[in-house]
Amino acid sequence: MSDHAYNFAYLDEQTKRMIRRAILKGIAVPGYQVPFASREMPMPYGWGTGGVQVTAACLTPEDVLKVIDQGADDTTNAVSIRAFFARTAGVATTEATDQASVIQTRHRIPEAALTEGQILVYQVPIPEPLRFLEPRESETRRMHALEDYGLMHVKLYEDIARHGEIATSYAYPVKVEGRYVMDPSPIPKFDNPKLGGMAAIQLFGAGREQRIYALPPYCDVVSLDFEDHPFVASKADHACDLCGSEVSYLDEVIADDRGSRMFCCSDTDYCAGRRAAGHRGRLSPEEVA
Amino acid sequence: MIEIENLSKRFTLHNQGAAVIEVMTGAQLRVARGECVALTGQSGAGKSTLMRMIYGNYLAAGGSIRVGGLDVTRATPREVIALRRETLGYVSQFLRVVPRVPTRAVVAEPLLALGHAPGAAFARAEALLAQLNIPERLWGLSPTTFSGGEQQRVNIARGFAHGYPALLLDEPTASLDALNREVVLSLIEEAKARGAAIIGIFHDEAARARVADREIDVTGFTPRKAA
Amino acid sequence: MMERALSILSKEKPQDGPLLQVEGLTKFYGARIGCADVSFDLWPGEVLGIVGESGSGKSTLLSCLAGHLSPDRGRVIYAGRDTVSMAEPERRMLGRTDWAFVHQNPRDGLRMGVSAGGNVGERLMAVGARNYGAIREAASDWLGRVEISPGRIDDRPRQFSGGMQQRLQIARNLVTGPKLVFMDEPTGGLDVSVQARLLDLLRGLVRDMGLAVIIVTHDLAVARLLAHRLMVMKDGRVIEAGLTDQVLDDPQAAYTQLLVSSVLQV
Repeated sequence: MSDHAYNFAYLDEQTKRMIRRAILKGIAVPGYQVPFASREMPMPYGWGTGGVQVTAACLTPEDVLKVIDQGADDTTNAVSIRAFFARTAGVATTEATDQASVIQTRHRIPEAALTEGQILVYQVPIPEPLRFLEPRESETRRMHALEDYGLMHVKLYEDIARHGEIATSYAYPVKVEGRYVMDPSPIPKFDNPKLGGMAAIQLFGAGREQRIYALPPYCDVVSLDFEDHPFVASKADHACDLCGSEVSYLDEVIADDRGSRMFCCSDTDYCAGRRAAGHRGRLSPEEVA
Repeated sequence: MIEIENLSKRFTLHNQGAAVIEVMTGAQLRVARGECVALTGQSGAGKSTLMRMIYGNYLAAGGSIRVGGLDVTRATPREVIALRRETLGYVSQFLRVVPRVPTRAVVAEPLLALGHAPGAAFARAEALLAQLNIPERLWGLSPTTFSGGEQQRVNIARGFAHGYPALLLDEPTASLDALNREVVLSLIEEAKARGAAIIGIFHDEAARARVADREIDVTGFTPRKAA
Repeated sequence: MMERALSILSKEKPQDGPLLQVEGLTKFYGARIGCADVSFDLWPGEVLGIVGESGSGKSTLLSCLAGHLSPDRGRVIYAGRDTVSMAEPERRMLGRTDWAFVHQNPRDGLRMGVSAGGNVGERLMAVGARNYGAIREAASDWLGRVEISPGRIDDRPRQFSGGMQQRLQIARNLVTGPKLVFMDEPTGGLDVSVQARLLDLLRGLVRDMGLAVIIVTHDLAVARLLAHRLMVMKDGRVIEAGLTDQVLDDPQAAYTQLLVSSVLQV
């Protein structure tokens, strides 16, 4: 099936070795941003070039790949990356979370608990959690090296001062294994509690910024907060209108021209699975009909 | 209390052909506790220079100045600062203060620096200001805007706030009216009575006669001009 | 404020030895001397002024002392530990606890995009403060102490005047109760009246907190008002040192005489 104009999974073997070394280093030093020589990929920056390179370095011909964008398997970004690897690596693809051995994601962690043996690859736009506070790369690297993280709490302080609460709702910074402060990529803070203690390997790739970092399985991850303003993993206060789930992360969708709105699971596989099992929501077509 | 032995002073003006000006040689002076010695001599004879050397403001070229056992000519800056804080008071002719500091705080500062309780320090400051007839409405203002006479009285109040065992007074009664002159003279007498050793410069002869036990003419310490 | 500040003063116990001991500190820029063979002791509560013209080495010396530059020779012993040979993390920890550095330009010492409260709170958070309410209270208290209305706690520094920015920088530095403060021309670039206010504030803080201060300035009036002792530098070397009023009123070295005589009466 594989397109023989390309090496397996697009990248040449030397490049994949280089990326694997960065990944192994990242796993050995959880939360630490490992520089790597990011390659030009046949897609624009911002479309997941970092995640794609990490996935390419991880894939074996036996792997089953799932790609999601904001939890959905059927959005442009997910579809095109899935097609890319189907063509260049010839690997099997799936939309079922529990069938996949490698899952590349943009901005979500699947609702279903991942298991040992699975790899979750995140697409990361800006890997440096200190970037918006300290523009100098030389200085942020020194701050990481010296665990000089007062600035990170300054950001949270500013949030509370301005909004009365920690308004950061995605890319919420975490501290890994009591050492490195890490940007979990722009996942909603609802997903933050899943980062810690996860059975799967979590890999983060930033193509434009040329950084790879990682969380090994069952790693300790703490969301930063204040004693009197503790971290809260929030979601929209609704149930899914399609499957009725009250515990999943929801997208708000404008349903028609009159502006009526509905909430549905952002994880399409999770939602479909629940509906297949007979769960129903407020607007499930079967009930409307 | 104050013992000066064979003291000499010269100024070297490096930027005026390295001219060396000998201004004092062989100065001797002893002032006991409770004694007031007046320095006399014409203007420029070295009265103020001697006083500044005792205070550590000018460096000596030779000899020694012992104040309460410390030789000022050999002391470290740190020791001189401690001496000035605890032992040696100086009322100069000019008040030099940080702008914006209220008069009350200017006068209390020597006591605060010694670690006195603020309440007691401010009470003492206010008593002295009242005694020296500084109107109460001025106590909260900076003395930088005061008249010359008022500034001089603030300066005196500051100099007498702490009961220094040794005091240097440079024209303490200059530019004062009769009433305030009387107050200052009685302050000096009180200081003597509690045992302070005082060296003063008084152009006011009557004042000098009243408080000084002895006079020393500093002209005697002036080096003879090379012919 | 004075009452409380003084109670802090009375609690300060005098230490047995110098806080800082500097021995033979030397820094070269290639073949050129930055500063050479500088030695002195600094005691708690003492303010040491370093004066000299631009290029005299005073800023180089300050940077070496504060650990921003590594000297080529010499030792800087702080509370018994050599900060020159100390590991960088340890030196940084000193930099956010016991030491403080006030820059000439507040932009170098402040985070211009962060509110006044966040600026003051940063050092607290850097040493582990994790209670928002307590951090905010400390920030508000310090804004008051440097005469900035606590009502402006959420304003950004760029909305402040130059004098206010400099006072904010001082609050940000002193909030962790440092023992040694380095100041590089702290009143430079300010109007004279604003300078006076800042000087008065600094004097009060130095006395109330028992701070040891090393202040670099080319302004002899500032040196006279703030410093107990002076070091005069020329071509990287200390050419004269002593009591501030003695150095200014009876300067011994030719250069110091020139320096003192070339400014207006101070």
